[in-house]
Amino acid sequence: MSAVMAAPQVAAAPPTRRNTELAMLAFACLLTVGAQSIVDLTVTGSLTVEVATFGASFTAIWAVAHLVVRKLAPYADPLLLPAVALLSGLGLVIIHRLDLAEQMDAALDGDPMPGAQAPTQLVWALVGLVLFVAVLAVIRDHRTLARYAYTLMFVGLVLLAIPAVLPASLSEVNGAKLWILVGGFSIQPGEFAKVALICFFAAYLVDKRDVLSLASRRFLGLDFPRGRDLGPVILAWAVSLMVLIFERDLGSSLLIFGIFMVMLYVATERFSWVLIGLLMFMGGAYLAYQAFGHVRTRVDVWLDPFAYRDDAGFQIVQSLFGLGTGGLFGTGLGGGRPATVPFAKTDFIAAAIGEELGLFGLVALIVLFLLIVERGLRTALVVRDSFGKLLAAGLAFTLAWQVFVVLGGVTKLIPLTGLTTPFVSYGGSSLVANFALVALLVRISDAARRPAVVMAPKTDLFDAPTQIVKRTQDE
Amino acid sequence: MNAPVRKIAIAVLVLFTLLILNANVIQVIQADSLRTDSGNTRVLIDEYSRQRGSIVVDGQPVATSVQTDDALQYLRQYPAGPLYAPATGYYSLIFGPSAIERTENDLLSGSDDRLLVRRITDLFTGRDPKGANVVLSLNPAAQQAAFDALQGVTGAAVALDPNTGAILAMASTPSYDPNLLSSHEPAAIRDYAAQLDAAEVDPRLNRATQDNFPPGSVFKTVIAAAALSDGYTPETLIPAPDVLELPGSSATLQNFGGSSCSGSEEQSLIDALTISCNTAFAQLWIDLGEERVREMAAGFGIDGTGFEMPLPVAPSQVGDIESEAALGQSSIGQRDVRLTPLHAAMIASCIANDGQLMSPYLVSEIQGPDLSALDEADPEVFSEPISADVANDLTTMMVSVVDDGSGQAAQIDGMDVAGKTGTAEVAEGVNPHTWFIGFAPADDPQVAVAVFVANGGSSESEATGGEVSAPIGRTIMEAVMGSTP
Repeated sequence: MSAVMAAPQVAAAPPTRRNTELAMLAFACLLTVGAQSIVDLTVTGSLTVEVATFGASFTAIWAVAHLVVRKLAPYADPLLLPAVALLSGLGLVIIHRLDLAEQMDAALDGDPMPGAQAPTQLVWALVGLVLFVAVLAVIRDHRTLARYAYTLMFVGLVLLAIPAVLPASLSEVNGAKLWILVGGFSIQPGEFAKVALICFFAAYLVDKRDVLSLASRRFLGLDFPRGRDLGPVILAWAVSLMVLIFERDLGSSLLIFGIFMVMLYVATERFSWVLIGLLMFMGGAYLAYQAFGHVRTRVDVWLDPFAYRDDAGFQIVQSLFGLGTGGLFGTGLGGGRPATVPFAKTDFIAAAIGEELGLFGLVALIVLFLLIVERGLRTALVVRDSFGKLLAAGLAFTLAWQVFVVLGGVTKLIPLTGLTTPFVSYGGSSLVANFALVALLVRISDAARRPAVVMAPKTDLFDAPTQIVKRTQDE
Repeated sequence: MNAPVRKIAIAVLVLFTLLILNANVIQVIQADSLRTDSGNTRVLIDEYSRQRGSIVVDGQPVATSVQTDDALQYLRQYPAGPLYAPATGYYSLIFGPSAIERTENDLLSGSDDRLLVRRITDLFTGRDPKGANVVLSLNPAAQQAAFDALQGVTGAAVALDPNTGAILAMASTPSYDPNLLSSHEPAAIRDYAAQLDAAEVDPRLNRATQDNFPPGSVFKTVIAAAALSDGYTPETLIPAPDVLELPGSSATLQNFGGSSCSGSEEQSLIDALTISCNTAFAQLWIDLGEERVREMAAGFGIDGTGFEMPLPVAPSQVGDIESEAALGQSSIGQRDVRLTPLHAAMIASCIANDGQLMSPYLVSEIQGPDLSALDEADPEVFSEPISADVANDLTTMMVSVVDDGSGQAAQIDGMDVAGKTGTAEVAEGVNPHTWFIGFAPADDPQVAVAVFVANGGSSESEATGGEVSAPIGRTIMEAVMGSTP
């Protein structure tokens, strides 16, 4: 410390750890390219130049991301980017592996050859990078977001509502109305709505937290809010129910409500809100169970998937078969039959990972997510402003909650809901929106770790140039 | 706001711990049962990339894997087509394996623990892993004779070596071609399965083991065994009325075709069995008491439970007998009395083997891929329901059936044959099921058989076990004795 102090021109700033990030990113890229090579060698028996192109493009994306962070958010948490890079790399490798499996199956059955989706996903990663850079470049201070709270709410709600009002032909895929289908492109606006709504929640709750946490009635040893302050909660609850009813999307509905309740709890520090939320959730869940056949089916299948192994439970049973076959070490990349599970590239990509990389691979995946989430929550602890705290906590918890809901569904811990595994699953909207989410986390973590006030370097009176002293006296 | 954020961090940790614990449960604790679940096609598909062991009968493969150049590397072939289908089963991409292909799958696919050492050496030497061969106890001549004799009818035949329990023949008709279910073309497999589904009776069903039928008078051997064990002799005179009034009901029981068993309405036990007198055996069961015969049946394994040999065998049973009228019908092997053809053969083999019933077995040897014996069948006693004396008396009585009674069509030149016929009425206007059980030579039994033909075969007149099933039994017994040196 004293050495630093002694150097006259250097500020006492904490290390930026950008080089640590660079080294870990290099490791993530190496791992990804290695895994891709193993897939090709195992499945096709040869390495083509495509592996090199893939490796170069993937590495380039993260090199750019790293340079942008170095320039625009030098104090950002160094673990976020490498963890995300590894997750997306793993996703791309598994999608590529499933492409090959589908092509082999098609060749076996004499069906037309399906197109490869891994290259498309790589393009989406590039789009994600552009948004990542844009977010960091445009939002130089996360607090500016709070000023656009109501605009973001409006944008979020509109994005959520679009698929519901569009005709089914333009919005429905596999029974869930949560898409915008235009000209061969499919966009899931809910993924973007999620990020916008979290920003709004953060701004709104910071603004209203005093009212929500102070005005209260005491009941059964807990401080309960006044009736009129329940408005926002009821609104969030209603919106998620509407998503469930009009878009038949159990996953997003659960996601939005869960995020809102947790952010409300963080803002008000009052557990009674969580209690109210849980009660409302149970009420909503009961209503949904009674009212909707597809919700009932999901629960019944969850309770005993093997009783429905040929119809409604086929997917989850195949997923469990895949996981069981994978066992502790997995079949090895390219050694399993992950394409047996329907929707292996999207909702069930974790089953493919568990089958080919085994329990070790699946747990590594979970721990990578845990790492991002806990770093996000740590950012929330350290950052100084309330809005930043709430936003960081909300973004981090969103990731955690989504991962829990989708992985829990795939492994039969909870009933199955259709959600993507962030960064890993095939799907442009999910990938791009989550890149934006990470950009925001990076931005806040930069603010959190940046030295609070840049103080003028202390200089010893002995060393001080006399002219300057003189000039000061002149003024 | 830091306190709630910390609590959220802990909550997330808990949630993720749950995920990890749950993954452990699935991928470690439940892994084996999930991996081997019949609905898990992964293992099946993986197996196609290894050379599956052969199923062998008398040195010749009856199921074998040959290399192909399509994506599934090995194709399962059954050179004899439908002949051995009830034993081998099929090995289907769509329906999975069946019969021996299923029960011995671990050995055939090479994953059985007995092949562990070889698997490890394969790993180091780079030799392609191969499954073990399963050698069946079947006698090709007897199997062919049984299969040929049953052509054109719905039926089943089983031949056993009474001294060991080895299954020498196990035929079921109509049969199917396992090659067509085991091809690599899903569409062709489905077409053939649809064709089999549309058949009047399912050709995939192994009638020798997977279904049971009313045995008719074959069951009288069990009643006779109970009587002999209780001190009766073949010469003991028993009542044999023309019409038996069944106590406690208005029902009566008559003899076959309304005929009379004996002018004096009384005859010896041996005569009653020889001409298969219904009223005599009904009265005999009443005199012995319901429980006594039920106990004897249970001694033969006819107790409502199945067993494995290693193919699963459907239960054989006496059924509920709630009245004297029901007992009357049961005494002639109808009502709820049911035998699998295999179990009927077991009754004959027990009598042939001095009262010792040997457990039937289909797999005589397991060979490693290098043809070294990994395991050999070890004959085991299934039960000992009757004494050697009772067995000898029963043999005498059953020889009389073939010499002078209903089973004369089973006679073989130069030796005594023991047998019993059965004709079970199923329904009004439908031909009865016909049965024959027997063994030969009576003094030194080498083969015991049971022949079942559903609905009296193809004969126009009302067929009996003696006319339809006994000649088939003789053919099979001759085939066994003609082929053994």
